[in-house]
Amino acid sequence: MTSLLSTESLCKQYGALTVTDNVSIDVRPGEVHAVIGPNGAGKTTLINQLSGELRSDQGRVMFAGRDVTAMGIAERARLGLLRSYQITSIFEQFTVRENVMLAAIGAKEHAFRFWQPMLGRARFAAAVDEALRLTGLAPRAEALVDSLAYGERRQLELAMALAAKPKFLLLDEPMAGMSVQESSAVVELIQRLKGQYAILLVEHDMDAVFALADRISVLVYGKIIFTGTPDEIRAHPEVKAVYLGEEVA
Amino acid sequence: MQKQSSFGLAKAVPAFLLLLLAVVPFAASYFEQPFYLAFFGRIIIYAIAATALNLALGYGGLVSLGHALFMGLGAYSVAIASFHEIDSGLAHLAITVAVCALVGLVTGAISLRTSGIAFIMITLAFGQMGYFVFVSLKQYGGDDGITISATSKLLGLDLGNTMTVYVVAFAVLLALLLWMARLRVSPFGMVLRGARENARRINAIGLPSKRYQLLAYVMSSVLCGISGILLANLNAFASPSNMAWMVSGDLIVMVVLGGIGSVFGPLLGVLAFLGLEEVIKGYTEHWMAIFGPLIVLVALLGKAGIVGVLEKFDDWRASRAVRIAPVAAQKQESAA
Amino acid sequence: MSFSLILSQLLNGLQFGVLLFLLAAGLTLVFGIMSFVNLAHGSLYMLGAYFAATAYNHTESFTVAVVAALAGCIVVGMALERLAVSRLYGRDHLDHVLATFGMMMFFNEAARMLWGPQPYFLPVPDMLSGTVDLLGISYPAYRFAIIVVGLLVAIGAHLLMHKTRLGMLIRAGSINPQMVGALGVNIKLLNAILFGLGAALAGLAGVMAGPILSVQVGMGEPVLITTLVVIVIGGIGSVSGALYAALIVGIVDTMGRAFLPMLLRDVMSREAATAAGPALASMLIYILMAVVLALRPQGLFPARRA
Repeated sequence: MTSLLSTESLCKQYGALTVTDNVSIDVRPGEVHAVIGPNGAGKTTLINQLSGELRSDQGRVMFAGRDVTAMGIAERARLGLLRSYQITSIFEQFTVRENVMLAAIGAKEHAFRFWQPMLGRARFAAAVDEALRLTGLAPRAEALVDSLAYGERRQLELAMALAAKPKFLLLDEPMAGMSVQESSAVVELIQRLKGQYAILLVEHDMDAVFALADRISVLVYGKIIFTGTPDEIRAHPEVKAVYLGEEVA
Repeated sequence: MQKQSSFGLAKAVPAFLLLLLAVVPFAASYFEQPFYLAFFGRIIIYAIAATALNLALGYGGLVSLGHALFMGLGAYSVAIASFHEIDSGLAHLAITVAVCALVGLVTGAISLRTSGIAFIMITLAFGQMGYFVFVSLKQYGGDDGITISATSKLLGLDLGNTMTVYVVAFAVLLALLLWMARLRVSPFGMVLRGARENARRINAIGLPSKRYQLLAYVMSSVLCGISGILLANLNAFASPSNMAWMVSGDLIVMVVLGGIGSVFGPLLGVLAFLGLEEVIKGYTEHWMAIFGPLIVLVALLGKAGIVGVLEKFDDWRASRAVRIAPVAAQKQESAA
Repeated sequence: MSFSLILSQLLNGLQFGVLLFLLAAGLTLVFGIMSFVNLAHGSLYMLGAYFAATAYNHTESFTVAVVAALAGCIVVGMALERLAVSRLYGRDHLDHVLATFGMMMFFNEAARMLWGPQPYFLPVPDMLSGTVDLLGISYPAYRFAIIVVGLLVAIGAHLLMHKTRLGMLIRAGSINPQMVGALGVNIKLLNAILFGLGAALAGLAGVMAGPILSVQVGMGEPVLITTLVVIVIGGIGSVSGALYAALIVGIVDTMGRAFLPMLLRDVMSREAATAAGPALASMLIYILMAVVLALRPQGLFPARRA
């Protein structure tokens, strides 16, 4: 099966420090591929190279059969490769609906329209409503973002990615800082999305990772030390030693 | 907090002021006070310039300390064309649009390679460059400026006539304000305002933020240039002082004083600025000694401006109404 | 174009550069450490010149004038910092531009009210009214003294920054301001001292420039803009960058104004050269700044930041 997103020997150095060490990773259509690793392993740097916000020093990124290494983040987003942020990055001055609508428009068409209201663009109404429904934000659609609770903001991050009708989702710690209830809502959401989208998931929440992932890659000091199914990961001695520390139940 | 949609002071005050401005020509001719026609005409023209700046500064977050350059370019388009005996208003307009669009495109593209203080500095530098170029053009008056004998003739009207330029300027202002209100919630306006707050996210959703900012900057330059045409006709004069960096600073003060990023902020700011200047001048020639600290105060107190104050008042009234209503209902029940 | 002409213009450029350095050093530190854009810095320069002129008129002593300028500017600078500037740290640059624009307006008008619109006279001190012989030319002693003083201040600044505790705190503050505060240093006092120091240097520049340019309202603004160009070219927050950039800008601007019109007449018609020469000479430093920003936006000699 050909992969939707893959990298070949991705390298990134900051001076003498190698942050991404020859990373070759791939994600198949419909798969949830989780990346785990201790803090400082370089997970966010990797995601930034996949999304196009960071230029790699060496290596290639292939998406949907194209070499996107030279493309910036806006171009990759328009191809269907979208990300959400670990530290929420939304538009505080706008309402929830306006945030989601912006995301829906951005991936599909230009915004050089100067007269009709943005919210009136009927073409995206369905995508916006569905993204709001999936993330449970429909009742808060008209609220200004600065009145949202933390968990709702994380949901908005996801809603914005979903409204763009992506082919691929890069999720950077979507459950960061969430309560147990909120996390399980997100896990449910991602379960529903499985199969429709290919997802690369960076997470620390091990319950979520083992519940969702088809495959897991372990990143340590910028290097992928092992890629396998959740069961293979649980059994792998090196992974246990380096990262899990003790047996996972 | 929900968004404002009801009719409060934030809408009533600007509407009232626009009505006053519409009445000025009639009042001025009835009371035979042509001074006020020119005075308010100047206010309207600066309101156009400030509204144009607001597009880049308020919507786009681009702090340009060189926008007076475009007012000057518009003024000189008229002056130089008039010097060469071209008095067609359409020609003046075409020249202004072309020159301001080109200069805006080039300076904007270079400036947008930077951000923060460097951006402010480089816009200042471009403004200064323009200033020095026109100071050195001795055949067009140089430092002393140049009188305009052939004012713009448009559709049979002579913009050199104070009443005519007032009416035309007022019409331009109204059209501009209407467009700014629509633009604010249009896709372009939303992307621009989003980019001001979080350009990284605009890029992440698929829109190259710099392109939108550049277009806003160019549009802003052209509109500012148009205010320059009107100013040149009002004064029948153009000089490098039109594009002095202090004027750029004044424009920024006007926009922020009125309410940066709002539709009517710039108009209110210009009225307050030029109006206050005139009032204080009546008492002392040292009006800048009072105005300066006032501006410092505005900066210290936070930047919502006059529009912000009006909106706060509307919020307060709205929340009072909500609190009073249940109490009134209770009283009715107990009385029944 | 003789050697003596070139040398004297080069020295003039050096002298201008040294004055720019005095202004740029304070401005760039305040910007680098407190991230504060100070458009009122030119006003401090103007006040320095006025304090000196007034003191001189009363005492006939240039020394007293210098002391008056330094003391006056330190007081005004620290007062400004405590009353207004410190409330604006952490706000965005637009607020700074606005506030200091208003301060500048106020100081210009206050100066006009206190001293009147006509220029004041500050003469060259008798001791320095002669010339010195440098490499075969006769150069005004006063201008030479400015160069010497300026370079001494540069050396003094280097010693302060690298050999004293205060300097260490300032350098630490420019790399990581929050950390310095967290380490228990009285950051408020440090900021006030820093601002006062910058004001004193601006005042010194004002005193020294007084005898050459005239002391009048609005003398600060043209110099301020050139100073801003200097710190952008040099790299914001870097005092050494301010020195090199100030000397470069001073020399380029002075030599440009002196020789560009002449040079242009060799390549184009007389009328074109007479118009283009001065304009191009005025624009030279802005073109330089635009090029630097386009190619190396962090400046030519940027400070290291954490």
